[in-house]
Amino acid sequence: MPMNTQGRPTQPGEATQSNAATFSGNSGLDHEEALIFEIGSANKSGVDLPEIPAHTQRLGGLERRAPIGLPGLSEPETMRHYVRLSRQNYAIDSGLYPLGSCTMKHNARLNEKMARLPGFGDLHPLQPQKTVQGALILMEMLAGYLMELTGMPAVALSPKAGAHGELCGMLAIKAAHDARVAREGGAKRSVVLVPESAHGTNPATAAFMGYSVRSIPARDDGTVAVDAVQAALSPDVAAIMLTNPNTCGLFEPEVVAIAQAVHDAGAYFYCDGANFNAIVGKVRPGDLGIDAMHINLHKTFSTPHGGGGPGSGPVVLSAALAPYAPLPFVIKEAAGYRLVEDITRESGEGRQPFGRLTAFHGQMGMFVRALTYMLSHGADGMRAASEDAVLNANYIRVGLRDLFSQPFGDRPCMHEVLFDDSWLKGTGITTLDFAKAMIDEGYHPMTMYFPLVVHGAMLIEPTESESKASLDQFIGTLGALASAAKSGDAQRFTEAPRFAPRRRLDETKAAREPRLVYTSPTSP
Amino acid sequence: MRYLPLTENDRRAMREAIGIADVDELFASVPAGKLLTKLPDLPRAKSEMEVERELTTLAALNTAAGSVPFFVGCGAYKHHVPASVDHLIQRSEFLTSYTPYQPEITQGTLQVLFEFQTQVARLTGMKVANASMYDGSTGAAEAVLMAHRITRRKKAVLSGNLHPHYASVIKTLSHHGSAGVLALTAAPHGGEDIIAAIDDTASCVVVQYPDVFGHVQNLQPIADAAHKAGALLIVVVTEIVALGALKSPGEMGADIVAAEGQSIGNGLNFGGPYVGLFASRDKFVRQMPGRLCGETVDAEGRRGFVLTLSTREQHIRREKATSNICTNSGLCALAFTIHMTLLGEAGLRKLAALNHANACDLAERLSDIGGVEIITPAFFNEFTMRVRGDAQLVLDKLADAGVLGGVRASRLYGSNAGLDDLIIVANTEMNTDADRAAFTKALTDVMR
Repeated sequence: MPMNTQGRPTQPGEATQSNAATFSGNSGLDHEEALIFEIGSANKSGVDLPEIPAHTQRLGGLERRAPIGLPGLSEPETMRHYVRLSRQNYAIDSGLYPLGSCTMKHNARLNEKMARLPGFGDLHPLQPQKTVQGALILMEMLAGYLMELTGMPAVALSPKAGAHGELCGMLAIKAAHDARVAREGGAKRSVVLVPESAHGTNPATAAFMGYSVRSIPARDDGTVAVDAVQAALSPDVAAIMLTNPNTCGLFEPEVVAIAQAVHDAGAYFYCDGANFNAIVGKVRPGDLGIDAMHINLHKTFSTPHGGGGPGSGPVVLSAALAPYAPLPFVIKEAAGYRLVEDITRESGEGRQPFGRLTAFHGQMGMFVRALTYMLSHGADGMRAASEDAVLNANYIRVGLRDLFSQPFGDRPCMHEVLFDDSWLKGTGITTLDFAKAMIDEGYHPMTMYFPLVVHGAMLIEPTESESKASLDQFIGTLGALASAAKSGDAQRFTEAPRFAPRRRLDETKAAREPRLVYTSPTSP
Repeated sequence: MRYLPLTENDRRAMREAIGIADVDELFASVPAGKLLTKLPDLPRAKSEMEVERELTTLAALNTAAGSVPFFVGCGAYKHHVPASVDHLIQRSEFLTSYTPYQPEITQGTLQVLFEFQTQVARLTGMKVANASMYDGSTGAAEAVLMAHRITRRKKAVLSGNLHPHYASVIKTLSHHGSAGVLALTAAPHGGEDIIAAIDDTASCVVVQYPDVFGHVQNLQPIADAAHKAGALLIVVVTEIVALGALKSPGEMGADIVAAEGQSIGNGLNFGGPYVGLFASRDKFVRQMPGRLCGETVDAEGRRGFVLTLSTREQHIRREKATSNICTNSGLCALAFTIHMTLLGEAGLRKLAALNHANACDLAERLSDIGGVEIITPAFFNEFTMRVRGDAQLVLDKLADAGVLGGVRASRLYGSNAGLDDLIIVANTEMNTDADRAAFTKALTDVMR
């Protein structure tokens, strides 16, 4: 069976045909739905527009003549098509979504409503600044909240997602090193330290910027030892990228000493803030000695994941990096708030921005949602949310520890709990099989095969949004599945999912014969 | 706290089950003295109506685009979004779902992405498209890096009429290593000689279509010159509705298209979130950044969709990935796809024609005003006018008269570029006859 590099099967095995066949292919409330290219037509439209006034074209002879191939549907057909498709999705609103490192918490609809106020949602990024003072105030408020919660003196709001934030932080670090070299001379630094347990975006970001990546092994307890960092540090190291709490669900106990060692070596400490939800109101990353950290507003501060974005990844910066924050940024002046878009003309305060990360000012729509979340929760609610998130994860850990195996021993975790697959040994069932059986039980699987430092990893993050009753049910179901696995009921797992809109999909075929756009069977 | 389901009784029972007396025992790994003993210095929790009141007050300080005659463009455009689009993207199953890593229970999102990729490829005239980028500007920067990988060269030639913020993003993201950028100066009247700047060290030529001043030109000669030198042609589109009226970049020899998709299905949102459209020739697909959705079959042979070719991506390839991108713009891509499905080809063409007709009408009206000259030779729904005096002053006076009249070129290019008397004006289907009359009257008064 084809496997990927993590030992994850990429092709389904033989399956028994489902016996509940219907004439339509539908099944009760679940409908099979064709593609718009099969049901729409080029001359059908769900939008009525006024007639075109007479005019002389000024398109410079570049009028489009060839057909485009865009099918249209009337409004009722469009509504039905996308509603039916939506019903083939799992969602937080319909069930527990225990994806580790993804923080799938409740998305309050008040946040959506606020983002859609015309005074926020219907603003153009380039309209005169005196007409957007409320928006600039909101950006300053959000910045203030993020700085207070992290204990950091500056923040860059414009990064569009977590990985974009990593790029922002690392570009600031590079700019600081470049400035030092220009000022004091010395060699350029070309290496970034990344622990093995890091998210893939960390090494990808470092490499994207031309750094070479030096990997740091995790020790037996799943955390990073200051000695290992010491050993990897050298005068050519520019920075370390460390996730804290880390991807094994553990708070790095030596993080302060690691920061000290990194700074002593003249390097900077980039912290991946993906797991900030464990510590909001409990620990300020700034107190630990970090220099930069992105905050996934779409995780910790509840802006919706939307099936893969949009995200938002503001980056808090230490005083050493603050001068290099990118354009644009908001400043307060006597006459009001001003968005500084061009440093050559409006420079001041010793700012030396490393450049610009996006055309405009960042994900304003996400800023409004995140600030709504923060105002609603308040300092007390945010701290309670983190405590509940950690409590929930540990409740699952304790509920499953007798059946599952913990790679680093029985000890408290932060907001996510990590199991490995050693308990499945001899059952003929893989982590993937187990995950697919969860689907049949009505649950979205946990994060699988990540972090890479653990074999057959299962990373479970319930978030604070789950009730005790929901957790009890989840623990009960996973416990029953575990017992079934150990009692030899392998078919339940290897054939799963049986009750989802689709059985397992052939990823090998998809990659070997890529079909990335629709082609009509009748076209040549 | 209305968002937290645990009661105090629950918490107590759970602490007992775990075997702790205090939740802080779970934070025992935090180094000594670093666990906060008091709350952050921020306000306490608020009720829904209190929050709503506070933010509504803040929103009221802003002038919404829809509340005035509005002609601001330059990379973001005020178009009509059908009510059904916003309803559908707020369906729980779309809004609160994650990236579709479990395809059996995310076929909804995956099929939408497959439809999206096909729509984008067809609209741009390219063979393949990815599942979206953050926005047009970051997509343009990724396109440049992709061209570097394909050609194994490291110099990008940027048109001076590329949106200056896009040029800045490209410079920021490619100014590491030995990569270089050659950016030409602005040519607001058109007639830029970019072909002269192409040599055999260039990996790519980046041109915007229509350009930031609104001008449209035939890109075929540039494509031919680029290809002759072994370079790729990257076409940036910031107003995607234009491709309902204009020849596609693919028809004129583009190798990669990086576009902003905000105009279809998405609001202005003060600059984000938007959706980057990214398309290329099919032979380059394995060098593409970002997610790709592909068709396959399930274990019973039924058609289904999965994320595919992920060996390009960071979660598999780590430091050898084509990009570090992870989260993209899924929900904005959904909005794009739904709106495009509602429009269909006939609707898109009519929408584009309406934009163009209205812009032509506005250009005619404004050119009749003394001290105003329309300098854009050929355009779609946006053009540039030269005004007597300082554009900043003119726009301020227009704003005082209740008209948001466009973007001054010097806001984008800086005040040293000698473009202080240029205003870039956009006109979409949202602008009425009365809007154009109000603009014309206000500008006449200002220029008097």
